Formats: sequence, structure tokens, C-alpha cells
Amino acid sequence: MTFLQLENLHRDFGTVKALNGIDITIGEGEFLSLLGPSGCGKTTALRLVAGFDRPNQGRIIVDGKDVTNVSPNKRDMGMVFQAYSLFPNMTARQNVEFGLRIRGKNRTARRGRADELLELVGLSHAVDRFPHQLSGGMQQRVALARALAIEPRVLLLDEPLSALDAKVRVQLREEIRRIQLELGITTLYVTHDQEEALAISDHVAVMYGGVIEQMGTPSEMYTAPKTPFVAEFIGTMNRLESTIVDGSTGEIEHAGMRLRIDAARGRAQGERVLVLVRPEALELAASGKGVSANGNSVAAEVLTQTFLGPVTRLKMTGGLIADMSTARASALPVGSSVVATVPAADAQVLSLPDDAPLLAAQDPDGL
Amino acid sequence: MAPSAIVLLLLAATYFIVPLYATLAFSLKKNEAGAPCCTLANYSWVIHNPDFWHTIKISFLLALETIVISLVLFVPTIYWVHLRLPRLRPVIAFLALIPFVVPPIVMVVGLLRVLQGTPQWFYGTPWGFLAAAYVILAFPYMFFSLDAGFRAIDVHTLTEASQSLGASWPTTLIKVIVPNIRAAALAGSFLALAIVMGEFTIANLAAFHTFPIFLQYVNESAGFPAGALTLLSFLITWGAMASLLLVGRRRRLGLGANIAGRR
Repeated sequence: MTFLQLENLHRDFGTVKALNGIDITIGEGEFLSLLGPSGCGKTTALRLVAGFDRPNQGRIIVDGKDVTNVSPNKRDMGMVFQAYSLFPNMTARQNVEFGLRIRGKNRTARRGRADELLELVGLSHAVDRFPHQLSGGMQQRVALARALAIEPRVLLLDEPLSALDAKVRVQLREEIRRIQLELGITTLYVTHDQEEALAISDHVAVMYGGVIEQMGTPSEMYTAPKTPFVAEFIGTMNRLESTIVDGSTGEIEHAGMRLRIDAARGRAQGERVLVLVRPEALELAASGKGVSANGNSVAAEVLTQTFLGPVTRLKMTGGLIADMSTARASALPVGSSVVATVPAADAQVLSLPDDAPLLAAQDPDGL
Repeated sequence: MAPSAIVLLLLAATYFIVPLYATLAFSLKKNEAGAPCCTLANYSWVIHNPDFWHTIKISFLLALETIVISLVLFVPTIYWVHLRLPRLRPVIAFLALIPFVVPPIVMVVGLLRVLQGTPQWFYGTPWGFLAAAYVILAFPYMFFSLDAGFRAIDVHTLTEASQSLGASWPTTLIKVIVPNIRAAALAGSFLALAIVMGEFTIANLAAFHTFPIFLQYVNESAGFPAGALTLLSFLITWGAMASLLLVGRRRRLGLGANIAGRR
């Protein structure tokens, strides 16, 4: 059942269209992440939901009621901000109690609720500390407890982990998800970190240029991206700009080489397409010992090797990227000639319109 | 501490202490030639002078009035400018410089003319005319202190956090913003207090009988008691500042640490 609905939201800042008609529906108790690069409009959308800004057009509906013009202090939405937002003059407990004080709850009820929530976020030992006595991660935990204290109808999180170090970020995101599931609270989460969004969301909406590019489950977003932008933004992709040679067999031409791709079947001859292959799906073999490029293979040379912990990433000529176990990668040192086999069944094919929003230069080692 | 720093500190201390010591020595002298040291007669003269108590009361109440009016006017204004009208900040900063640039004599003549038609309860009493002039005089000190206080906090995030928790604008201002700019408000208040307690030109030209006017009168008519009066006025002003500090810090002893720890 739909609980939060964003309907055809538009927001302009002068000539800039920050939101250009977005539609999102979130079911009760669901966790949806708005994911996208800086300037895609995700925070603008969240601020509209919180009531800090008004749309030029469109509606925001919570539990069947239009709240588009309701002031933020009457929306009952808990929010955790990107910047540390605890009130510096109050202790952790007083911060959590603040929303309850506004609602006229008595001291005993306030204290009980605050202590319960601080325990939920693992800070029962720090209730009397002031914000400056807490680490960044602890401050964001208190901010989460404070947002939850008012029993909000919707929990809004605006990149709450972006100021934290990597390890704390992973710990805290798991806790946010645990608490969200435990309380069954409808949650809208804004992030630019695709790994974070995939790890904790029921649904992910990828935004670009003020519109929703694609919305779906994390697994759908990863395995079946519907636009070139989503394909490249979520995870890392090998991007082979190709032309359909024979739609009946799925034969394509890329950089003078012919490949067969299952997903290319049924497309018109001469159509420009983008063949997408995940780095972990690309199979590499050394080509020095009599092995030559054939079938679905492309000849390449290893340019760089990047150790990423569980795997090593190889970057090759032709812009190819492959992930493989470090042990296997050691057999393919920088400078060696390799044959990269594109698996016919694992590659995806997207039409390539002229104005497709491609990421100009994705850092293959960045993700 | 480095020896050079100690020397500088001693020099600075001498600069402040020598005049005070000289005033003290002077205030303990008898009002007759060749009399031996020391006497508290001059202090007794001051303390038993009803004009002293009357004028110090007026000046002190005027200072409090100036502080209250300034805070009520400027805190919400500067808050709103920081939150919603940041482009107005340079304009207000420029306006705040005007009381520095315009000499008090020019200001008082202008104010006397501009406010000439106002009701007698305003024009004819220190609580109206003088307080209005002192709010203008204290404006730069209040503005720059408060402005620095607002710059030190994340006004936008604190306001939005407070609102998302259900607080109205007045509640946000009183419970979230004001406690976090308390140090800045105190600093501005100290300066306003010091200015009003020592302001002579405007009060004199507008013919109001405040403490600096009394001090000047005593200085001209009785030399030794003037020394005692000067020292006592120092003590009273410092006492007033200490009380303001205590009142301001009563609820939050860790305020200084808070500010130091802020991002």
C-alpha cells in the first residue's frame, strides 16, 4: 500500500530545473534510496518532502493526505542531516527529548523514550554527553535517535554517513537498516554512494538531471539497468559501443571485431547499441601461448593492475576492465597480451540514442 | 611562558595598573595641604552623596534598557538575515559602521531635531530619548558580536532540525538559536554596558543627569573625591559585568567548551 507519494514534482531555481517532474511511490514500512551524482536533484526532492522548500508544481501525499503546503514543523517527519545537526547546548538525551518537549510530553515520558532510543542506537553510556564530546558517528546516531523519538510518519535521511570514515559508515548503515526494519518505519534515504544504496534499500531510484532514470530493487538495478546512465552509475561496466550486424543471431560489431550477444537478438541491422558487461563477467586468458582471439573474444593488453582487496582489477587497452582473484591476476602482469572473452549470455544491450546521458569519464578504480 | 612574553605582560599590566594605583593614592589623600596619608573620607563623601546613587542608578538602568532593546531588535533580525537574506548582511554591516563614523555631537544634534516632535514621555526622559540614542550607539558592537556568534553556528541546519522536530519559529529562536549565540550576546551586552556607563557627550548636550555628568561635575568641583568616585565607578561597572556573566552562564557552565568544540 502506498504511504508516501511524490507526484510530478517540479522545482526550478532560476533557469535551472532541479526537479523536472519526478514520480515516486513508497509503500508503508519501505526503505527507498534516492541515488545519483551531485546536482541530480535528490536532496531537493528530500527537502520538498521535509517541507523546507516548496515545489513549483506537483504534490506530496502522505498516507492519503496532501501535505505539499504544510509547514515542516507540522509534517511529523524525522530528519537526519548530512551536517552534524545536534543542538550544541543540549546533551545527547536533551537532544533526543527535544521533539517530545515540543509535543508537551512530561519529563518521565520524555526521559524514558530518550533513554530507550539511545539504547537502540547503542549510546546508553553517553546520554549526558554534549555533542562536542561525541565522535561524528556517535553524533549521527544521536541525530537518528532524535528523529525517531517523535515517532515520525516518514524518516528522511540526507546523506547522513557522508562525513564519516569508511568503517563507521558501513557499521552505521547496517544499524540504520536494522532499526528501520525493527520499527517498520517508511524511510526515504538520499545518497550518492551506490554501494550504500544497494546494501540497505528495498528500492532504489536513480536520479539524473532532475528526473528518475530508473526505479527498482537493488538487484534489478544492478542486473538489469534500463538506461546507459544507470548501467554505469551502479557498479562498474565495460561499455562497448557497437552496431548490430545480424539481429537474428545477435551478432554485433565492436571496434572491427564481431561478437555474438544473446541480448542483441531481435534488433534491427545497423542499430547503434551499447553492449554492457560487468568486469567480473569478462573472462581473461593469456594470449602468449598459442591462444588467439576468436569467437566472442577481444585481444587486449593489460595496462594497470589495482589491488582492491577481495579482487584485483585489470584495466586494458580498448577501455576494458576485468575483476578477478588476485592469484589469477598475478599470472597476467602489466604489459601482457590477453584475450578477453565476452560472455554471450551475461552481456546486456541498450539502444544508444544520440543524447544518451553517459558518464563522460568514469573512474574504473573508483568503485 | 617565554621571558619576552613575561616582559610584555608586565609592561601591559603596568600600563593599566599605574593609573589605577595613582588614582587610588590620590583618592586616599586628605583635602588639606601637608596632611598625612591616609583617609577614607573621600569614599565616605561619595557613598553618602545622594547624587552618586541617583545618577549611577539612572546610568545602570539605561544600560540594561539599551541591552534589552538591542537584543530584542537585533537577535531576530540578524538571525533572519543569516537564514533568509544573506545578501542584506553587507548592507547591515555598513549601516552598523555609521555610529563609529558620525561623531556623537553630530548625532545628538541630529537626534534632538529629528525627535523634537515626539511625546514628552519619550523626548523628555532618559528612558526614551537617551535609550534610543544609546541603542544606535551600541548597534555596531551588538551587530558585530552577534554576527560573529551566528557565523559560528550552522544556522540553517539547526533551524531545519528544530523545525523537523515540530518547533515553531519562536520556539526555534528561543530554545535552539539563542542558547547557542549566548556568548556572542553576552559580549555585545558587555560592550553596550561599558558604553552607556561612560557616555558623556549625548547625555550632556541633551541635558540629562547621568553618572558621567555627575563624575565630570565632581571632578571640576572636588579633586580628591573625584578619584574615589572614579575608582568606585570602575568597581561598580566591573561588578555589573560580572553579574551579567553569571546570569548568562548560570544555565550552561560548559558553554565555552561547547563553542571551542563546534565545527
